[in-house]
Amino acid sequence: MRRARAPVALALAAVATVALVLLPLAYLVLRAAEGGADALRVLDRDTLDLVLQTLLLVGAVTGSAIAVGLPLAWLVTRTDLPARRLIAVASPLPLVIPSYVAALALLGAFGPRGLLQQLLEPLGVERLPEIYGFVGAWLALTLSTYPYVFLLAASALRGLDPALEDAARGLGDSRWRLFRRVTLPALRPALGASSLLVALYTLSDFGAVSLMQYNALTRSIYLQYRSLFDRTPAAVLGLVLVALTLALLALEARTRRNVRSSASGTERPPALVALGRWRWPAFAFGAGVLTFFLVVPITVLVYWSTRAVELGHGISFAWEAALSSLTASLAAAVVAVVAVVPVAFLAERHPARWTRAIERLAYTGNALPGIVIALSLVFFAANYLPTLYQTLALLVFAYVVRFFPQALAGVGSALQRVHPRIEEAGRSLGRGPIRVLATVTVPLIRRGVLAGGALVFLNAMKELPATLLLRPIGFETLATEIWRFTSLGSYSRAAPPALLLIVVSAPFVYLLSTRRSSDVSAPG
Amino acid sequence: MLRRSVIAAALLALAAGCGGDDEAGSGTLTVYSGREQELVEPLFERFEEETGIDVEVRYGDSAELAATIAEEGENTPADVFFAQDPGSLGAVEGQGRLAELPDSILNRVDERFRDPDRHWTGTSGRVRVVVYNTEEVSEDELPTSVFDVTDPKWKGKIGIAPTNASFQAFVSAMTLSLGEERTREWLEALEANDPKLYDGNTPIVEAVAAGEIEIGLVNHYYLYLVKEEQPDAPIENLFLEGEDPGALVSVAGVGVIDGSDEEDEARRFVEFLLSDESQRFYVEEAEEAEYPLVDGIEAKEGLPPLDELRGPQLELDDLGPQLERTLELLNEVGFTT
Repeated sequence: MRRARAPVALALAAVATVALVLLPLAYLVLRAAEGGADALRVLDRDTLDLVLQTLLLVGAVTGSAIAVGLPLAWLVTRTDLPARRLIAVASPLPLVIPSYVAALALLGAFGPRGLLQQLLEPLGVERLPEIYGFVGAWLALTLSTYPYVFLLAASALRGLDPALEDAARGLGDSRWRLFRRVTLPALRPALGASSLLVALYTLSDFGAVSLMQYNALTRSIYLQYRSLFDRTPAAVLGLVLVALTLALLALEARTRRNVRSSASGTERPPALVALGRWRWPAFAFGAGVLTFFLVVPITVLVYWSTRAVELGHGISFAWEAALSSLTASLAAAVVAVVAVVPVAFLAERHPARWTRAIERLAYTGNALPGIVIALSLVFFAANYLPTLYQTLALLVFAYVVRFFPQALAGVGSALQRVHPRIEEAGRSLGRGPIRVLATVTVPLIRRGVLAGGALVFLNAMKELPATLLLRPIGFETLATEIWRFTSLGSYSRAAPPALLLIVVSAPFVYLLSTRRSSDVSAPG
Repeated sequence: MLRRSVIAAALLALAAGCGGDDEAGSGTLTVYSGREQELVEPLFERFEEETGIDVEVRYGDSAELAATIAEEGENTPADVFFAQDPGSLGAVEGQGRLAELPDSILNRVDERFRDPDRHWTGTSGRVRVVVYNTEEVSEDELPTSVFDVTDPKWKGKIGIAPTNASFQAFVSAMTLSLGEERTREWLEALEANDPKLYDGNTPIVEAVAAGEIEIGLVNHYYLYLVKEEQPDAPIENLFLEGEDPGALVSVAGVGVIDGSDEEDEARRFVEFLLSDESQRFYVEEAEEAEYPLVDGIEAKEGLPPLDELRGPQLELDDLGPQLERTLELLNEVGFTT
């Protein structure tokens, strides 16, 4: 294949975009440098413990997200699982539940004297096992992240050429051997990419670890900011998070090595595996996952909402806030998928070490908690772009910075599947590069763009810390409405906006659970 | 291309529509409020009605708003900082971002409850208490000092919120009044007593109400918030006597941002918060029963009067600078690792 040198304009656009995405990183370096050599004082044994505890959580959540998401994906795409369409549609839905709401709801259900305890009390159950700490954070974050694995794995499974598996079976491979030797390797990029998103989500999450009282790095960063007098230690801890991200990126890159796209080009549905006597146990697994991660949290929210009526608060749905959330999140999704185009294009169409590096760099800020993104943009905007400060445009920009990798994952992987020759054909017909992009490439990667945009949208709908500090005054989103009442401990009043958030976001999950292969897959 | 420019135009329009136009003398007062919207919004509305001055409020966490003001520097849109605690006000003061308040304002409030350097004043009081479950704990079993809660009989039955600003202020107060050695010993004994750790005061009071724990160290007004949700909750506050550090009396307070374009309006707002009418609001209307700080206005029925509460003797303004050491101490004892 002819390898054209990257056009300067494209390279500049990509570099400029990534530079903007890395503003929070620049801010951290600035603040850490203020502390001089003294800044490193924060890197002591306690920090090492923090790192280890954080990695433990990241490892556990990634493992459980795969343990839940992968079998579910396989069951709904490749087997005769009962009710598999319903399970396929419902499985990614927990994605719309913010992790702080998930944590509150799990506490409400399984916490000491939660709903389950109340149900079991007549049976003489005095105390449930402890949910605070590691277990709670792990469960809440698994709830929020397993859909990533499910979606990317299901998409990859649907796109897998059945001819390969047929051939292996023809050679007499057992089913397990077949899965291990043929299916799993083909899933590796999807698993690697989704594990990366899961791990980054876990690294950056504050809501769940805070409510569950698990001491992860983000919690420590928040504590440092709340100690008020010195922002250097928080900045140094933020940079530790960036270092962890780099390590994860390197790890993920290894899952993509030596993987060749194996599709023959023809798409036909694979033969379904008959589960036989495993049919109902498999159904129980799917139903169990959905009960635990979807039905339980929603039940708790509905229960709290009914309490609002009992207490005379009444249930009021914050429609205006819903509209604000939709506006800001849709704008963020659109801007994000447009902004990732030069970066994805450069890395995919002009593969070289440096173009790859630029694309990977875009991920490095993704593990930073919202407060860091927020304060960095407060600093840059208030001091250098005051006209944009506290405008909707800046809030949208913050969402794009925070969720850039989600868009990149969607667009990049779709681009990977469009052969450059199709674009070259367009060029040879005399069209300019931008017209080719608009008339040839974009229609071909439409589904990937939609999926990437949907991921940005769903995350922006849930975003709280940056929203609080950067929104225009008086601009209430559903997330800020939830916060307004949870900060008072008034769950009965926090539950209706939380339910509304789930209901409004849910239809967009459909954009992610598309049926064909060329949708979401490995980023870059 | 066309589509992209349409999107860009739409975004610009949105930006223009929502842009903050906080020009000099616009007559709009911008308040950064670390106090919850549900609790203080009626005060803002009344101020607008009475003065005709528009108020725009950015709600958030007090400490995060203090950090925001620090990052914004001279360009902060804020005219007033209304905070949960002296620590956040002290942090903004430490950045040199608060203007001095006139005597006419300061004299409304007892010296105990304001900044000796005149940069902020308390607007309402809150007291550290021991909240307890009335079904699990009888009155004669109750601790008489915060030093009693390290007794083995409370092992595993006490709740604290070591990451919460109010608990940290209490530990700072103990260090300032009794010294670090005594404080560390107490923290170590507490840690050995297997306390349950929570994210904030509300979860502690809820846990006490649910019988998950028997006692908790909290601010007094959370009891009223939880009773809003659970009117029959079996919970009561124990106010500790004398100069017990567990009886710290602290404040939520307010300061005017130095260099604000609306300095007069900002002062009027502070005056308004200290007016008899606003102070009575805490007694008569607010859900959470904070203490009014202005002379002549009695606290909500059932609360011990403010002048009978002593607590540790210290300047509230010293709590902020002590925070860094307190965090280290909590870390060393193992509460935040």
